[in-house]
Formats: sequence, structure tokens, C-alpha cells
Amino acid sequence: MLRSRQELKDLREKCQRSAQDEVRKILVCSGTGCVASGAEEVYDQFKAVLERLKIPCSVKFIEDGHGVGLKRSGCQALCEKGVLVRVEPEGYLYTKVKSSDCEVIVTETVQQGRHVERLAYKDHDGAVCKRTQEIPFFKRQMRLVLENCGNIDAESILEYLAAGGYKSFEKAIYDMSSQEIIKEIADSKLRGRGGGGFPTGYKWQQVYRQKLFPKYIVCNGDEGDPGAFMDCSIMEGDPHRMLEGMLIAGRAVGASDGYIYVRAEYPLAVRRLKKAIADLEEYGLSGENILGSDFSFRFHLNRGAGAFVCGEGSALTASIEGKRGFPRVKPPRTVEHGLFDKPTVLNNVETFANVAVIIDKGSEFYKSIGTESSPGTKAFSITGNIENTGLIEVPLGMTLKEVIYDVGGGMKGGKKFKAVQIGGPSGACLTEEHFDLPLDFDSLAKAGAMIGSGGLVVADEDTCMVELARFFMNFTQRESCGKCIPCREGTKRMLLILERIVSGNGRATDIDNLLDLAITIKETALCGLGKTAPSPVLSTIKNFEEEYQAHIVDRQCPAHSCEKLKKYYIEPELCKGCSKCAKLCPTNAISGKAKEIYSIDPIICTRCGVCVSSCKFVAIKEAW
Amino acid sequence: MENVVNMDFLEEIVSYFKRSPSSIIAMLQEIQEKYRYLPKEIFPFLSKSTGLSEARIYSLATFYENFSLEPKGKNIIKVCDGTACHVRKSLPILERLKAKLKLEPGAVTTKDLAFTVEVVACLGACGLSPVITLNGKAYPAMTPDKATELLESLIEVKGE
Ligand SMILES: Cc1cc2nc3c(=O)[nH]c(=O)nc-3n(C[C@H](O)[C@H](O)[C@H](O)COP(=O)(O)O)c2cc1C
Ligand code: FES
Repeated sequence: MLRSRQELKDLREKCQRSAQDEVRKILVCSGTGCVASGAEEVYDQFKAVLERLKIPCSVKFIEDGHGVGLKRSGCQALCEKGVLVRVEPEGYLYTKVKSSDCEVIVTETVQQGRHVERLAYKDHDGAVCKRTQEIPFFKRQMRLVLENCGNIDAESILEYLAAGGYKSFEKAIYDMSSQEIIKEIADSKLRGRGGGGFPTGYKWQQVYRQKLFPKYIVCNGDEGDPGAFMDCSIMEGDPHRMLEGMLIAGRAVGASDGYIYVRAEYPLAVRRLKKAIADLEEYGLSGENILGSDFSFRFHLNRGAGAFVCGEGSALTASIEGKRGFPRVKPPRTVEHGLFDKPTVLNNVETFANVAVIIDKGSEFYKSIGTESSPGTKAFSITGNIENTGLIEVPLGMTLKEVIYDVGGGMKGGKKFKAVQIGGPSGACLTEEHFDLPLDFDSLAKAGAMIGSGGLVVADEDTCMVELARFFMNFTQRESCGKCIPCREGTKRMLLILERIVSGNGRATDIDNLLDLAITIKETALCGLGKTAPSPVLSTIKNFEEEYQAHIVDRQCPAHSCEKLKKYYIEPELCKGCSKCAKLCPTNAISGKAKEIYSIDPIICTRCGVCVSSCKFVAIKEAW
Repeated sequence: MENVVNMDFLEEIVSYFKRSPSSIIAMLQEIQEKYRYLPKEIFPFLSKSTGLSEARIYSLATFYENFSLEPKGKNIIKVCDGTACHVRKSLPILERLKAKLKLEPGAVTTKDLAFTVEVVACLGACGLSPVITLNGKAYPAMTPDKATELLESLIEVKGE
């Protein structure tokens, strides 16, 4: 239990010394991805090997004294190549590590400092990259928010302290007034990372001004966009950084309680946050009179229960209150009447994770990164048909092309780039014509898109844009909370039309109808979910109208992806007239006489594919 | 019947959360974790403990997708259909699982209560897409064939 600033400083120094004394570190990536690939088994095996070889191993840091530090780190960002293991001080990165590889890593690298080439990362051209920094994927990145993620043990508050943790918080309670904290954040021009890009300092200022108490800090960890996992990685990989941001916010606006709302599908994040919160209590960094000051603050953890709409501010606070997650009409705003009807600062995970850096290094430093109106960095998750999928962090304002080619390594399998969907189900798609567009809040808004959650899904020539629009519409339709009619009914109509188009039953008026509905929903829906739901459709129609036309008029899918638009035919030269396909066809679409050539009636055929796999002579072919 | 609700357990839950109406979702989550669904007997009990009406509590159980009023299977398989998994073909995996388990259209749980198959949006492991989880353990880079193997291994273990 720390009772004063000095005690915190002493502990931090002790942790820093202990970190230096650690001769070596083995960092086993324990993000969701690597855990899925078997990180726990690898960790246990390392422990066993170290014990067997009688190498002192300080699993617990500090307490166990010196030796080899074996750690569970946060996401090391190359999820596809997991389990990832890095050995310090050499910085050697090993990929696809299995339990059976632990022994050689210990005997070669840990004991003798030698590199094990077999396990190294190989780049596109087969060149060996020994260290993380040598990998092209990392060269153009800038790790500010994710600085610790992957470098320290994600479950240890002591390691966070050793990395300079809670220094900014200390500064905020002892050296700064509320106004000074808010001014620093406002000067840094930090903008909310939850999608809207709202100025954070301004939000805090509004809550500070309210006379009603208690006040609350709420962290939005709902990360609803399917296909984005930056917030997940921060909560799992460096939970204390986010908590520190919340504490500073609490100090700034005079709040007494912090609520964290985490998505139900992130059990690992929940576990790590629980541990982190318990550690804070134990060390006296939360609770009554923190570090002997007049500041008291408690944390509460809420798990979501599977509703996308709860990412919306007023729905989220309703859910914490134990109600259904219905958004409400605004104003009043959350800053005045938020959680339990009290003034509330609601920010995104990544927004809070930026706070400590700004307080520590100052707003001038922060503004030197990124662009004039969007300073700082942004974490994105790039997925889809791209060479390097994973978590990235780049300065805001990097161009789309740089993100896709320099960081993402270009298209997978050398395919042709078609589009990138940014911002998930509320977002829009960008095409080649946007390659030079800087990714920042304002440039994207001008192009009719938005950063949104930061999910980037890359589509290549084989991705059908109509189907992608249908996929997102299906998602928002399912997640519509049903409170307002434009969203509840409108999204359903739009989905029906899209389903019709991808199954080859589109009508000539469908595009006009879609546009009509889209504009109405956009203008009349109650909350952001409905207002943005038509975006993927609008932007795919704008950029790929010919693809819609091909589905509707020619009944063709140019990307060869919509199963229902596939046609089967029998190659006359190969057909031996064995009649097997005709007997198996569940819809009797195949007709003919034994020993003669059979044929498929495309109108009756349901494209189930049974015939294809049954034909010994491979006579049944697909056509688009 | 085996799944008569254990009143001591319920009592423990509500007192842990201090009978606070704002903790009702957390209470439901704990109960669901234990029984894998929300047995109907809990509603009058929770209503009395928290002062919320049964209808209010019931409305939560139907609003949030994670809650189930039907018993779920012993093994819970979640198929991710987030964007990353979707573009790397997660639906054929779902189709295969449903076919193998002989799930009728619309059904998510097998008749013998051995399996429940659910669709979720993003498990946070997009780099390894497509992903499915079986009882919380994630299986990366799945294919329909790998899914079949996984099912078969489970059924074998059970058969022994
Ligand atoms: C339907 C919908 C879903 C949202 N989902 C999220 C989310 O998952 N995470 C998030 O941080 N913000 C989400 N938001 C934005 C929040 O309403 C809110 O603007 C944000 O959390 C504020 O934090 P910031 O200022 O730090 O960005 C969503 C908004 C809408 C309308
Ligand atoms: S989309 Fe499946 S794990 Fe993210």
C-alpha cells in the first residue's frame, strides 16, 4: 500500500533496477491471437525447460531476484505468425514457436546468445529478419500508445511501473491543477479515437464545469466493429496505460468513479483488467485518498452482453445502469446527463491510452506527431486480403497507399487491389483514386468516409462489393435496437434488396430504391447506428455501380464470388452418359438418356454442387 | 429434473451484488455462466431481490444476445463471422458444422443438448481468421474439414 508520492517513486525505482538486473527476458506473446495458437503451452514449456536446466527464472519479477525474466507480453502484432517469442537483450524474434522449440531457444539464445535461424521471420523475398525492427511491417510504424504492448508483462503492475508507469498520474495529482491538466489535453488537440474524433479536452472541460456531483469517467471498450481489435489489444497488452488515463481524467474533472465497459467476446481483456484493477487497489493507486492526496477514485468493470448498439454513448450508460441498451435522443448530452444522470466523461480505450503520454511529454511534443488538425498516432487493424494482417500504429495523416503497401506489404498473393473498407459497418470504402488521401479525421470526412473504429478491411479483385455491402447491412440490421422506425424497418428493406441482388433476382429499380432508403435512414434515424448504417451501400454504389448493374442486369458476379450466380454446365466432350449426376441431383435439374450427353437446366439448378463432386470424369464445370 | 435452480447459489449471487438493480445484468451473466442459460425460475427470485419487475428483467434477457432462455448444449461452438473472418470464408465452416450436427434451420442446439453452435462478430483474433472457439478455446485458421475433425475428436472422446 503506497501512502505518498515518495513511496511510489521508491517503488518505481526499485522496479527499474530490478528490470535492469534481469540479464535476459523471454517475452511470450499472450494476446488473444497467440493464445489461440498455443501461447500458454509454450509459456509452461519454457518454465519447465528453465527449471530443468537450473537457470534461475524470475517469473514474478522483483520477488524472485535476478535471472531470466519469463513474461506474458501483450500482442506483438504479427498474429498470423504466432506463437511469437522475443528474447532480449538481443531482440531476436521467433515465429510459429511450438513447445518443442523451447529447448533450442533456451540452449542457443538464452544461454549462448546465438540466433536460431529456423524460427526467424522471413520477409516477402525470403530474407531473414532477426529483429522486430528489421521487419518491413514495423519500419514505417510509430509506437506511442502501443509502446509497452508486447514489451512488458501485461499482467504485472510492477513492470508497468518499471516502464515509467503512473508517472503522469503522479504529476497530475501533485504538480498540476485540474485546469492545467485539461489545458494540456486541449492544447494537444487530442481527438476521440472512438470514431467521431471529438476534441477530448473540450469534453473534459464541459464536465469540469458541471456543478452536479458525483461525476463519472466511463471507458468505452465495447469495440463493436466486427474486424477491429485495437482496443482489445490495448486492454489485454497494457491495461494500466488505459487505467492511468482514466485516473488522470478523474482527477481533471473531479470524478469519483470510473466504469469500464468491455465487450463480452473479450474474456482475456476482462481477466487482465480485473487483475490490473485489483493490483491498483492493493498498491493504493485507487480507492480513498490515493497516495495520501485528497483524490479518491474507484474502478468498476462491466461486461457487455452482446449488443453492438451499446457502443453508442447513451446506450452504453443505460447498459451500465442495468437497462436495455437503447440510445436516447440528445441533447441532453452525456457530459451533462450521462451515467446515472450525472456529468460523465465518456471516452474510448485508445483515447485514454493517449493521455499519459501527453501529460508526461507535453502537448508540444504530441502535436509534433501526425497532422495539424489530427495530431498523434492511430492504431488500425488491417485485415482481409493483405500480406501482413495485424495491429498497426502509424502517425495520423499517413496516406492510404503507404498503409497498404509500405506497412501492409501489399496484396496477398499478388492479386489486384480493389478497395478498402474503413470504419466497419458504419464506414465507407475507398478505392485506388484515394491512394494519396491522408488518413486523418478531416481528410476522411471530406472524402465521405470516417476513421470510425479503425478497422481496415482490404478487398482484392475476388471480393464482391455488393456482397460486402450485404454483409455489413446484415450486421447492422441484426444489431438495430428497434427503437426508431427508420433504422428498424429501413435496414430490413435495404437488406432484402441486397439479398435479392446477390442471389440473382435483382430488379431494375433496385439501385434507386436503395439510394432512396439510404438517404431517408441517414436523415431520420435516432442514433449513429442508423445514421451510418447506409454508408457501406452508398459508397459501394458510388464507386462500383457497374458491379451492381452486372448482378442486376446480366445476372453475373464479376468477382466470381456470389454462389447463387454461378452456373454449372456439362462439358459434352467429357460426359460419358453414366447418369450418376442425374440420379443424385436433389432438384432433378439434370436430364438426359443413359450413354448420351446429359445437360443441366440452369433455372431448376440450385448450385448445390452435389453433381460436381460426384462426376468421375470431371465433366461438370463452373461458369460465371 | 437435474437443473432445478440452486437457491443458495442465487442468494449468493444477489448478495454479492448487494441486490443492486444496476447490477442486474452482471447477475444474469453469472447465472447464465453456471446454467448455460437463464432458467425461468430465476425471474421471480431476482424480481423480489432487486425490486425490479419481472417484465423488466425478462426484457433484458431478450434484448441482449448473450442471454438464452433455452438450455444450451454442453459444448458451445462459436463461429466468428466478423469482417476479417467473413472475407476469408467463415460461412462454409458454419454450414459444415450445422450439417454435421444435423441442426435444423433456425436451431442452434442439438436435440441431445450436446452442442450449441453460435455465430459471433469478431473474437479479436482477426489475424488468424477464420476463427472458431470451442468452449472458450480458440482454433485459428479453420476450414470446413478441420471443423469436422474437431467435432469427430470430441465425439470420440465422449464415446470412450
Ligand atoms: C452504433 C455505435 C457504435 C459505437 N461503437 C463504439 C465502440 O465500439 N467503441 C467506441 O469507443 N466508440 C463507439 N461509438 C462512439 C461512441 O458513441 C462515443 O462517441 C465514443 O466512445 C466517445 O469516445 P471518444 O471521444 O474518445 O472517441 C459508437 C457509436 C455508435 C453510434
Ligand atoms: S473477424 Fe473473426 S476474429 Fe475478428
